[in-house]
Amino acid sequence: MRPSRALCSTALVVIGLLFWSARVPAAGVPKDEAAIRHALSRLTFGPRPDDVEKVRRMGLSTWLDRQLTPSKIDDHAAESRLRPSPTRPERFDSMMEARRYGRESVEVLAANKITRAVYTERQLEELLVDFWFNHFNVFAGKGRTGLYVAEYERDAIRPHVLGKFRDLLGATAKSPAMLFYLDNWLSADPEAAERIGNRRGPNQQAGNARRRGLNENYGRELLELHTLGVDGGYTQKDVIEVARAFTGWTIAPPDGGRGRAGRAGGRFQAGIVEDGEFRFVPALHDRGDKMVLGQQIRAGGMEEGQQVLDILALHPATARHIARELAQRFVSDTPPDALVARVAKRFTDTRGDLREVMKTLITSPEFFAADARNAKVKTPIEFVASAYRATGRDLSEPRPVLRALQQLGEMPYMCQPPTGYDDTADTWINAGALVARMNIAQQIAGPQQAATIGGPEFQRR
Amino acid sequence: MTSRRIFLKSGAMTMLSLGFAPSFLARAAAAAPARKRLLVAIFQRGAVDGLNMIVPVGEADYYRLRPTIGVPRPGAGGGDAAIDLDGFFGLHPKMTALKPLWDNHSLAIVHACGSPDATRSHFDAQDYMETATPGVKATRDGWLNRYLRASGEATPLRGVAIARQMPRTLQGPAPALAFPAVDTFAVRGGAAAERDFQQAFEHASDPLLTGGAREAFEAMRVLHSATSGEYRPGSGVDYPRSPFGRALQEIARIAKADVGLEVAFAESAGWDHHVNEGSVDGQLAGRLDDLSRGIAALAADLGDRMADTIILTMSEFGRAAAENGNAGTDHGHGNAMMIVGGPVKGGAVYGTWPGLRPEQRFEGRDLAVTTDFRDVFSEIVTKHLGLASDSASRVFPGFTSGNALNVIRA
Repeated sequence: MRPSRALCSTALVVIGLLFWSARVPAAGVPKDEAAIRHALSRLTFGPRPDDVEKVRRMGLSTWLDRQLTPSKIDDHAAESRLRPSPTRPERFDSMMEARRYGRESVEVLAANKITRAVYTERQLEELLVDFWFNHFNVFAGKGRTGLYVAEYERDAIRPHVLGKFRDLLGATAKSPAMLFYLDNWLSADPEAAERIGNRRGPNQQAGNARRRGLNENYGRELLELHTLGVDGGYTQKDVIEVARAFTGWTIAPPDGGRGRAGRAGGRFQAGIVEDGEFRFVPALHDRGDKMVLGQQIRAGGMEEGQQVLDILALHPATARHIARELAQRFVSDTPPDALVARVAKRFTDTRGDLREVMKTLITSPEFFAADARNAKVKTPIEFVASAYRATGRDLSEPRPVLRALQQLGEMPYMCQPPTGYDDTADTWINAGALVARMNIAQQIAGPQQAATIGGPEFQRR
Repeated sequence: MTSRRIFLKSGAMTMLSLGFAPSFLARAAAAAPARKRLLVAIFQRGAVDGLNMIVPVGEADYYRLRPTIGVPRPGAGGGDAAIDLDGFFGLHPKMTALKPLWDNHSLAIVHACGSPDATRSHFDAQDYMETATPGVKATRDGWLNRYLRASGEATPLRGVAIARQMPRTLQGPAPALAFPAVDTFAVRGGAAAERDFQQAFEHASDPLLTGGAREAFEAMRVLHSATSGEYRPGSGVDYPRSPFGRALQEIARIAKADVGLEVAFAESAGWDHHVNEGSVDGQLAGRLDDLSRGIAALAADLGDRMADTIILTMSEFGRAAAENGNAGTDHGHGNAMMIVGGPVKGGAVYGTWPGLRPEQRFEGRDLAVTTDFRDVFSEIVTKHLGLASDSASRVFPGFTSGNALNVIRA
């Protein structure tokens, strides 16, 4: 065989494989009703009474395929139930106005989160938005974070949950919500203050925390939580080097730049990169070379941060970390190592294509295995949303539901630590939590169905 | 292997279904001496800056490392300075509520205390402290749960966390409870609703769920009959009106109800001050005010019960010795613990002070650890809670204390 023909036929096979793998293979997916129930309970916020029949008629592999390509699913009915978010003014005239906007915006966002969970047809996408928000958690109660959370979920998380991990990572890294929450907006080269003279940075609200030096907070969580995982093999030195690479990644001032800093001009303003409210301010950036995970990063301004994200996004430790987290969320609290390895390999082979990763996960034998069925306990939001879906109760007033989530300890957007809300049974099931669920079951389902909704079987999925 | 928890729970389920519902728990509680030695564990989640809480005012390097946020030496700025403890250490000025406890020798401090593991991850460090197996991630149960299992009856009211989620410290096979308040720990809808739920759980197969529900129904019965009516703290006792203050008040309420409480758990959040930490005032100061007034109120409310009570504070790690570029502190290593109570040999700072010169610091940057936090835990479990030392090895697997602090009266 001549080399060119070999190449051609290889290419054909590759194209064929790509085409084939773009759809969920019907062969590996079981067709029985129990499997359909399992898929519905694991890949949605709980089945509605007629869902099993609908999926049976459509075929489970077709349904999985549709859930993996949510843009093809018409979702107008659910969208018509969403509340309009308050309009973000171009600039805030006072801190009070900013605070009011933040509070209202987060309230609407939380109401819409539970509304979507109950009504969207794009159920898997919604579960993934919840998963990835927790993975890249920000806490709306910390300072200005609340001003940015709505756009954070809409622009940084949602568009990428079935896209490329690198895009998701990059969007969170540049988002004002993350920059504020993990303090990177204040992190600066310690020598920057001398360079820009006595002028203060463009964020007067920082009070006496002037931008004078390095802050490790984002650098550490980027390595530990967002990418490599705590056992991913990085050192304290890596944390510092990553933090240095991200100096100067900051946020536009919320007053639209009318304050002293906005008028500062001169060296501070030179070469600023603007993208929405993201700012890269070269004057604050550490100008030395960096060494991250043994790789040298030459001084290159904003590019350095992007290079760090490139290294991290495709690192084998990241693949394993993401694979384990997804398997824990979608298969069991203690997922089989072989499954984690296979999903991690798919992550690496597809350069972090999250749709392919999810497809590998949810069509795996381990996903459908007998010991995976009903193996997960519902988190509070899954419990509450599934109660509405199972009973068909109308959810046009979300406030009581949000109070219930508060009582159960999973108020949306209000998880303070960067780890996000946990997903495993030992966190959510104990005597006190079960009593709280019994009471919420009465509130949602009424006396007839309360014992079912608040009972033991319904707490599993 | 059938765990003890599953065994006990399925045993109890049999009794319930045979109609023996009001319960061996109540009988066990009645038979045992109801007033027990009590440990109140307080977790400061987020890593408190121990160097600004218990300030080494005699350490010149402290002031060199913290030009903005350092707490001035006693007497330096009138009220805006550390409160002298022993000439070398001082309390943060917002902690005046604890000074009387120091003066009457019921507050001891262990400084430069922490984990032998070097992690600066909140998540891992909390996990290691709560399981008391630093460096070992496979541990499923918390150290206070192992204490409950190694001693006494399996009744849930021995271990209570005032929290919406069961903290790792109390997770495990031994029964324990977590709820935010006594009054919310009740099934609404009356006896009929309660019976329906009880029946639903009776027929379930899942040990985690049936066990949790059984503990709930039993504990509710005992607790509510012992705490009827509105709770009134002792006269002159003023808890902070904060989640932490309310949690401590709930602990006092349960302790005074004599339902057999032995270990109680509360958390105090918001200690992760990377930015704008403050010095004598500011973010940390506000949290320390809440913490100190809460502990002082609990001690006052428990009154003569403090003779049998220890209140212990802990936090996952300390913070870097030097302030960072944003007048805050990044994650560090050694920290300070406070121990309050009648059985405490108080009025002293325990442990070896390692110093803050660069070569004395851990990895050149943090307060070094000279006392393993398990030295403190194990002394409390054996000397205060009275567990035999050979059983203590089950609570602290793989750990032998080579560093007796003698902070608890024998």
